[in-house]
Amino acid sequence: MSYLGSVETPQPWSPEGVQAIVAAHQSLEGPLIPILHALQNIYGCVPREAVSIVAHALNLSRAEVHGVVTFYHDFRDRPAGDRVVKICRAEACQAKGGEAAARVLLSVLGLPHDTAWGGTTTDGVVTVEPVYCLGLCAVAPAALIDGEPFGRFDGMRLCEAVGS
Amino acid sequence: MIRLYIPGDAAALAVGASDVARAMTSEAVRRGVDIAITRTGSRGMVWLEPLVEVETPGGRIAYGPVDAHDVASLFDAGFLAGDDHPLRIGRPEDHPWLRDQTRITFARCGIVDPASLSDYRARGGFAGLAKARAIGPEAIIAAVTASGLRGRGGAGFPAGIKWKTVAAAAGAPKYVVCNADEGDSGTFADRMILEGDPFALIEGMAIAGFATGANTGFVYARSEYPHAIRAFGRALDVVRADGALGAFDIKLRIGAGAYVCGEETALLESLEGKRGQVRAKPPLPAHKGLFGQPTVVNNVLTLATAPWILAHGAEAYANLGVGRSRGTQPIQLAGNVRFPGLYETPFGLTLGELVMGVGGGTASGRPVRAVQCGGPLGAYFPPALFDTVYDYEAFAARDGLIGHGGIVVFDDTVDMAVQARFAFDFCALESCGKCTPCRIGSVRGAETLDKVIAGIEVEANLALVEDLCHTLKFGSLCALGSFTPYPVMSALTHFPEDFRRLAAGSETRVS
Ligand SMILES: Cc1cc2nc3c(=O)[nH]c(=O)nc-3n(C[C@H](O)[C@H](O)[C@H](O)COP(=O)(O)O)c2cc1C
Ligand code: FES
Repeated sequence: MSYLGSVETPQPWSPEGVQAIVAAHQSLEGPLIPILHALQNIYGCVPREAVSIVAHALNLSRAEVHGVVTFYHDFRDRPAGDRVVKICRAEACQAKGGEAAARVLLSVLGLPHDTAWGGTTTDGVVTVEPVYCLGLCAVAPAALIDGEPFGRFDGMRLCEAVGS
Repeated sequence: MIRLYIPGDAAALAVGASDVARAMTSEAVRRGVDIAITRTGSRGMVWLEPLVEVETPGGRIAYGPVDAHDVASLFDAGFLAGDDHPLRIGRPEDHPWLRDQTRITFARCGIVDPASLSDYRARGGFAGLAKARAIGPEAIIAAVTASGLRGRGGAGFPAGIKWKTVAAAAGAPKYVVCNADEGDSGTFADRMILEGDPFALIEGMAIAGFATGANTGFVYARSEYPHAIRAFGRALDVVRADGALGAFDIKLRIGAGAYVCGEETALLESLEGKRGQVRAKPPLPAHKGLFGQPTVVNNVLTLATAPWILAHGAEAYANLGVGRSRGTQPIQLAGNVRFPGLYETPFGLTLGELVMGVGGGTASGRPVRAVQCGGPLGAYFPPALFDTVYDYEAFAARDGLIGHGGIVVFDDTVDMAVQARFAFDFCALESCGKCTPCRIGSVRGAETLDKVIAGIEVEANLALVEDLCHTLKFGSLCALGSFTPYPVMSALTHFPEDFRRLAAGSETRVS
């Protein structure tokens, strides 16, 4: 079992593929969240159509599985951009100018940074998402760029690292 | 062959530790010198990361913070022999910041090879488990109780009493669940253990399992920690292949981005594959926990400290600390602080000693205005309260908490009304939705503070905020709702002027 997927090119989903993923995890105690992680690792999201297959296999209602998928911030209903930038918006990063740095990147990318914050660029290349602490608070401000930690940045260095 | 130690800790990686390691390797090849690099955890002097250590006859000599561009000059200066260079720190353990600490939970972190069981054993690993097996469950629980160890996840509940309850509970199987959800901003100690000394946690879980009669452990790690997850998964594979745990097995599960899943009953729901909603207590998890079975839920640090207590005796631990806060606390200094990092010390220093002394004040060089202690649900303290002693009860007496040990420093550019609003926002964002005060009260709180910030009927709206805080405090199902008033009310109490910036001229405005 892979512990957590690195972001790779998502594959197109198929019912057989979903069934195989479910089968590979079904014997775990509490298999649902590991299955959802595995689906997202492979397909880049939890495909809407997969919900009923998973529900059926685990003897749950579709509403139950849907309720779980939507409860957790991690699960997406469509794949993210080619690059995923998770920027910390929590207090230690706030104290080190994280918000200002994020605003620079978001403006360059043409993404909102007000009540709405982040998202995927119209060309589908970059997704920026908020996170609340990455445990990198001693090198704040901090971000994960395609899963790799990045810290002690200002707006310019963040843009450079993202390649924007 | 010369051995180098370069952290593989995520914070070190975030500032280029792997670039430095690569540069070291290619520079060594270019110069035809034979080096080997061990990736360790971090020593916790994070402002010096990437910190490179070289093994010399006189011990390890450290250099930092090293940039990939410094590598050639380090070779030129003869750093492989420990020679002088502007970045030379000397022996890390002689550095005042490390020397003045009492490292128990973090005794090995940054030193040991986190992927090597033989290195772990050579540095005292498994001495606690061996002792535990020799003395048996009752004596283990007596030792943990006598040590005074309290839960390091935030609530500070005595670990020995929890273990005793599970040991006495009827039912099989029983479980040990390690809470590695570490969601509090400003905290990273759990992550450092998972990456830097994972076998200590594994050993602690095995001890807890043996003491309580559980054969299965779960570690619930947050998905925001991909490197910790990899490092811990690798350690699990190593320990399984070795067979050191006997019949005890540990399973690693990954969260999915929900702060509230750090709350123990929400965590159990999540492990069971459900929405991470808080359960009403009672029943306690110790009686009916994971899958309805008796379950120990402990934080990473609580469990990782148990082996030391068993190996060195309860008294050695209990002799440290003050009042009812015994032993050491791994304190995490972060935010706008000159010397951020992990500082493990017995309870009893004052907040001022920690922020100004250990932390060196702000990184910006401006005056400290506020420090938030204990994560997003913790209070903001002004420098006027820097005489507060770092101990559970002393913080509680000042309407604060030490929580998981995080201290986040802000300079005088901070706007405390914005921070208070953020606390409501965070509560709204992360509420599990089960209880109304938390779900609705937080949204109302944010809206009301928006009016305050805009200068609209400031006093009336502040009274409303206080009222909302009262409702949250007494009406919420768990501490997400009931502790959100800590940051809000402390900001209001200690920094009233920040809420009245527009008030003077606009008191007559109506919404
Ligand atoms: C909203 C909320 C979040 C929490 N997050 C964590 C966490 O991330 N890690 C943790 O160990 N405890 C967390 N706790 C505390 C746990 O509920 C529980 O007290 C702890 O896991 C018990 O372990 P300990 O006694 O070893 O501290 C949280 C509590 C609440 C109310
Ligand atoms: S607060 Fe941003 S990484 Fe912890």
